[in-house]
Order: sequence, then structure tokens, then C-alpha cells
Amino acid sequence: MSPETPGQARVEMRAIRKVFPGVRALDDVDLRIFPGEVHALLGENGAGKSTLIKILTGALLRDGGEILLDGRPVDVRSTKEAQGLGISTVFQEVNLIPSMSVTQNLTLGKTGGRFGMISWRRARAEAQAKLSRLGVKIDIDQSLGSYSVAMQQLVAIARALDDETRVLVLDEPTASLDADETAALFGIIRDLKAKGIAIVFITHFLDQVYEISDRISVLRNGLLVGTGPTSEISRQQLIAMMLGRELGEVESAYAAHRKTGEGAEVLTARGLGRRRTLKPFDLTLRAGEAVGLAGLLGSGRTEVAKLLFGAIRSDSGVLSLEAGPVRHASPRRSIVAGMAFCPEDRKAEGLIGELSIRENIVMSMQAKGGWLRKIPRADQERIADEMIRALAIATPDAEKPVSQLSGGNQQKVVLARALASRPRIMLLDEPTRGIDVGAHAEIILLIRRLCDQGLALLVASSELDEVVAASDRVAVMRDREMIGEIASGAVTRDNIIRMIAGKDDGRG
Amino acid sequence: MNRKYIPLATTIAVFLALFLIGGAMYRNFLSTLVLGNILADNSFIIIAAIGATFVILSGGIDLSIGSMIGFVGVSMAVLDRMGWHPLASAALMLCFGILFGAAQGWIIDFCAIQPFIVTLAGLFLLRGACFMVTVDSVPIRHDFVQFYASLKVHLPGRGVLRSSALVMLASLAVAVVIAHFTRFGSNVYAVGGDRESARLMGVDIRRTTVSVYALGGFYSALAGVVYALYTSSGYPLAGSTLELSAIAAVVLGGTLLSGGVGMVVGTLFGGMILGLISTLIIFNGSLNSAWILISSGVLLFAFIVLHRFLVSSIGLRETQ
Repeated sequence: MSPETPGQARVEMRAIRKVFPGVRALDDVDLRIFPGEVHALLGENGAGKSTLIKILTGALLRDGGEILLDGRPVDVRSTKEAQGLGISTVFQEVNLIPSMSVTQNLTLGKTGGRFGMISWRRARAEAQAKLSRLGVKIDIDQSLGSYSVAMQQLVAIARALDDETRVLVLDEPTASLDADETAALFGIIRDLKAKGIAIVFITHFLDQVYEISDRISVLRNGLLVGTGPTSEISRQQLIAMMLGRELGEVESAYAAHRKTGEGAEVLTARGLGRRRTLKPFDLTLRAGEAVGLAGLLGSGRTEVAKLLFGAIRSDSGVLSLEAGPVRHASPRRSIVAGMAFCPEDRKAEGLIGELSIRENIVMSMQAKGGWLRKIPRADQERIADEMIRALAIATPDAEKPVSQLSGGNQQKVVLARALASRPRIMLLDEPTRGIDVGAHAEIILLIRRLCDQGLALLVASSELDEVVAASDRVAVMRDREMIGEIASGAVTRDNIIRMIAGKDDGRG
Repeated sequence: MNRKYIPLATTIAVFLALFLIGGAMYRNFLSTLVLGNILADNSFIIIAAIGATFVILSGGIDLSIGSMIGFVGVSMAVLDRMGWHPLASAALMLCFGILFGAAQGWIIDFCAIQPFIVTLAGLFLLRGACFMVTVDSVPIRHDFVQFYASLKVHLPGRGVLRSSALVMLASLAVAVVIAHFTRFGSNVYAVGGDRESARLMGVDIRRTTVSVYALGGFYSALAGVVYALYTSSGYPLAGSTLELSAIAAVVLGGTLLSGGVGMVVGTLFGGMILGLISTLIIFNGSLNSAWILISSGVLLFAFIVLHRFLVSSIGLRETQ
């Protein structure tokens, strides 16, 4: 896409491949990072960012490709080896121990004289030296937990850095910092950059990408989709790179019969919001209509769905269903009121892997019916078989544990479970995350069919084409705010991208 | 003052307050004689509690302490009958304590089983072993026991430090060095503070876990030795529920049950507070001994609430 910065790359990753069972996490990814540059690595959840970083820092072993450090091939087999080579990482969560002192956090596992004794005088001097490298002055005898998250972050960076550091990887370092703290961190990043350290900066804040980075690389579904100088990539191009995925023509064809929203209002949110999570928003769902929810990672897509479902409590606004306003929303009440929610993270929130398909499917019906009235086994089997047939779940029988199904089929079980309780409103968060293209098309088709049967749908997705293909209207999210709605006539990729890019439209 | 000393300071303040209350209520209470007796009478609990402090600091728990004390007692008594010198049998039992603790630690880490269950199994196992060794109370008759009982260091006033108290203070000194001046000590705090972070920071979790239970086993066995020599006998039911007193002493000493925060010195004062409460009630004469347990319970409860409050208000253990 652009000319390379001249000179020898500090790190060159060539044709890196990594395969997890059933998933190609990285496919021939190339990445070059130069001394004294801040290289922003971008991509949605599951794009392969963390896998790539873990391979660079020795936390994962690559299945193919090679890594060159200052032109010499290296084999990084553990984080310790990576550190020995001068590659340091600061992970998203501050991986330190808040109950221990700053000194202990900076020197744990690194000091020790004869017989495993520790000289605190030496340790304190060492800690002081590490902090002064970043120009940080704090009382190193206090416990780390007594400092702000921003300071803890700096201590984590100080721990990662030493005189040998050549590459510093910062994974979402600003996720929990406010504006001033971020500015302070950027000051330090610029200092490190001036010292010739190559910095990899992972973030989902586009403003910060343009503020601090020299070059950008974008990953999507395990592929490198673009790389180049920050000054040459516009915001719109960047968003298109991150969200775009060309779907087959079949899927785009569904977009043809887009409805205009004549159905009855089944859910209305007025000024619904939660402090620090989501700014107040208005949203209406109608029977027989699918509303898409588009936005970048961290823009608040999932939060909208969870707020509507009652999985997160709102602290402002009113949520009304057909029966009237909802007080004290909770998942159980929502299910009873005819709502169903398919969460993004199937494993953590959706399915229970050890239980069978049947047990997973009847779970939400059980919640609706109450704990005391057990659903007869025969009914359970009938419903499960019906769903397996209706959604074409590939399994020999309903008793197979869900964990043994493929990703696409697991997702169908999530849908089946939601459908089994005969909901009138369905909230789908990333309905096609981590499933292959064939199953992808099937699920979109399924969504459209559900709509035709009079269900009101909300589809939150990081894949623009999916949103475009599946929904009649699209609500657009940015920085935890619903910034607008695109009416049925105007739902296109470009319109959505333009709205997300918003204020800085023609930049770059 | 550094925030981490607040729980310890609270413990010491409570100890001094109780001691002064006793002094105000009873003549002769405020003396080195009372202090020396409390130290001697509670030395085995405090020794066991020192080991438990390490285990609790690492985020674990050890319920096998009381049974270990009983088992060490009966074993030493039976070995005495067979003609062993008490020091030789003590050395053997200390080695057994280390190995038994290490085995518990290994099972806890390797099989990823809750320490509560593993050491509960240890509790039953060792108590059963006590009855396998003997079902009777067996005296220890070796001359060394008399010699041990006669050792004492005079304190100013009429008080004395008996040999049990001396052993306790020595083992406390060793524990302080281990906790605060060795890599192992730092690792224990790190594992208890945040296990996953500790692993990422290069701490060998398995080695630390095995070592910490081995150390706990050593201190339990040492408590058993001191108890056996102090009572000059072994009795298969000795030490029942002592693990709970030891845990109480650790908590009263300012160590958080969730791990990572606390100091070994605090445990000394925690144990002394328990001792002071029973001494106060015995001095009174009119209250029955049920009040010892009731007031210990009330105080323990107050301390746990206080810890909760300290944790949330001063960020003693704040995670982001």
C-alpha cells in the first residue's frame, strides 16, 4: 500500500501461520516494525492481533513462517527467551500484584543473592532506576494497589523495560486511562521512541492511532488486510479495512427485500443509558423487522444488547415492552416477557459445553416456566428434535455434548435455545463470530426467515456486510454513544462507514 | 505510615488495650509473670499459627495442623517408650511434617484441588494415624523432659521465659526472615496476591505451593514437639480443633484470609490476644469458660469486618 520506511527493520515477521483446532488464526501474516517507530496494530476481536503478539513474545509457538530480529532469524520459544532478546510486553490487564509494594513488583523474580536472600537496599535501588527511566517519581515502598490504574500501568511498563529492550509491545495500554493519563503515557511512549525502541501499539481508539502512531497494520480474520504510514491512511479507509468482509452475492441479495418498518412496536427505549458504560439512547424494535447495530470494537454494541436484556442495569431512561414500562430489568424478567439474547461469547456466556444439545436448548424454557415446573423429558426431546431439524444442526442426536460440535453448529444451538422459548424479541450479538463462510450464509438466511415470521430482531455485529445483509434498519455506535440511525432505503456499507468516521471525514 | 502496617498496628493496639484493661481490673495482672505465662501456654498455638500464616498468605489454608500436633505427640511418646531420645524422635517428626506438608502441597497444585479439601483429608488421615499408634495417653519419661522444663530466662520483675516460649520466639525470628528477606517469601506474597500475575512475572507456582505447605507442615510438627514436651505426654486426641485456633490467631494478627496481605509478626500478637482473653476470664473466676470462646468469636468477627472495611477503603488489595 505504501513505500516502506527505509533501513533495516527491527522486527520482521514473515508469512506467520498459526492454526488452532478448527480455526486458522493467522494466515501468512507479514509484519515489519522499525526502530524508533510506533506501529499501531488494529483489528476487531478475533482478528488475530493477540495471536500475532503472543507469537512475537513467545507466549505461543508459530506453526509456520519466520521471525527476524535486526535481520537475524530468531526462535522465540518462551516469554523469558523473548525478554532475553529484548522483546518486552505489557498486557492489557496490569499483570502485577496490587497488594505488594512497588519495589517488590518491579523486582519480583529478578533479584536474589546467595541462598535466595533478598537485599532490599539493592532491590530498591534497582526499582528506583527502572522508574527513573520513565521519569516517574513515586514512593516505591507503598503498595502498588494504592496508586491509580494509570500509575500501575506505568509501573508495568517500567518492569518490562530494561537497557536491552529493543521492542516494546503495548496491548491496549490506554483502555482504562482517562485523557490526562493517556497524554502522560503518550509522552513516555514518545521518549522511548526517541531512544530508538520499536513500539507495537494495540488499541481500538482510532483517535489515539492517529495521535501517536507512525504506521498502521490491520488484521482481519487472521489475514493482514493492509499496512502503511498513518499519514496515508484515512479514517474511512481504516474503518473499511477493519470491518469489511466481502460476503457472497447470495447474502447481499437478501438486502433486496428490505422492509420499511410497519410492524407493531414491541420494544422502545427512551434515553436508556448507564454512566461510564453507555450514553443514553433511543431505540425502537418492531415486529417483523431486523435492526442492525454497527460500530467498531468497544463502541458499545454489546452493551446496548445487554442493557435491553437487563444483563446490565441501566441508570437512566425508560425501557418499554408491549406490556408497558419495565422496572428493574433482569435477564429472567426479560425472558418471561418474551425476549431472548444470544451473547457474543458462546463459551463464556451462552452455552454450557458439558451439557447435551437438548439440555442447552431447554434451559431458557425452564427459566421461563419457573424452577419448580420441570419440563417433561418427552417434551424436551420433542422440542430438541424439532429445533435440530429446523436449524439443520449437524449432529447424530440431541444427547451429544455441545462442546463436541463445530462453531457454526454451536451457534445454531444458541439460536435454538433462544427460539425454543418462543420469543417475540431476539437480541443477537455477533451471531456469526468464529464460524465458517457456509454456516455464515445459513445463519443470515435464518435471521431473515425469523423476521418474516414476525419476530423483532436486533443484530449487533462487527462485520459490516453482515449488518447490511441481515438488517432492515441500522443503528450506528461510536465511542459508547448511538450516533444515528440509517433508514431502510439508505443501508449500505459506505453510508455506515461514513457515519462511523463522522467528524473527521476526509482525514488523511 | 505505610498502609500495609495498619492491620498490624490495630492488632498490637488491641493486645495492649486488653492487657491494660486486665491491669485496671486485677492487681498483679500487668506484670512480666502474666506475660511470660501467656507466652509459654500459647507457644504451640503460635508456632502452628506461624506456619499457617505462610499458607494463608499464599492464598491457601491448612486444616491438618491439629491432627499433626496430636500425631507428633503420640509418636514421640511411643518412641520414648521404645527408648528413643526425645531430640531424635523430634527430628524424625519434623522431617515427617515437612514431607507430609509437601505432599499436601503437591496434590493441591498438581491436581488443582482446593486446599480446604486436601488438608481436610490430611486432618482425618493424621487423626486416624494417632489412634493407630496408640489409643491411650502415653507419658514421656525421658530425663530430657525435666531438663527442658527447667530451662528458663529471667525477665525483669518476677516473670520468666520458659523453653517453649524461647523455641516459639526463635521460630518466629526465622519466619520473619523467610517472609521478608528471601525470594521464597516474596513469591508466597506474590502467589497469594495474584496467582496468575505471579505466574506471568516468572514465579514458579508449583515450587512455591509445595514449599509453603512443607513449611506449614514443619511448623505444625514443631508445635507438636513443643506440645508433647510441655505436657510430657502423647494423647491421641491432643490438638483437636487447634487448627481453627491457629487460623483465628493468623486472622487476628492482621493477615487477610484471601491471601497476599499480612505479616508474620502479627500472628504472634494474634495468638497472644487469644491467650489474653482466656487469662482475663480465668482471672475473673466467676465467669465460666464458655466466655473464652464467646469473646474470641466476637473479637474475630469484629476483626474480619474491620479487614473488609480496610480493604475497601484504603485500597490494601485493590485490583483494577
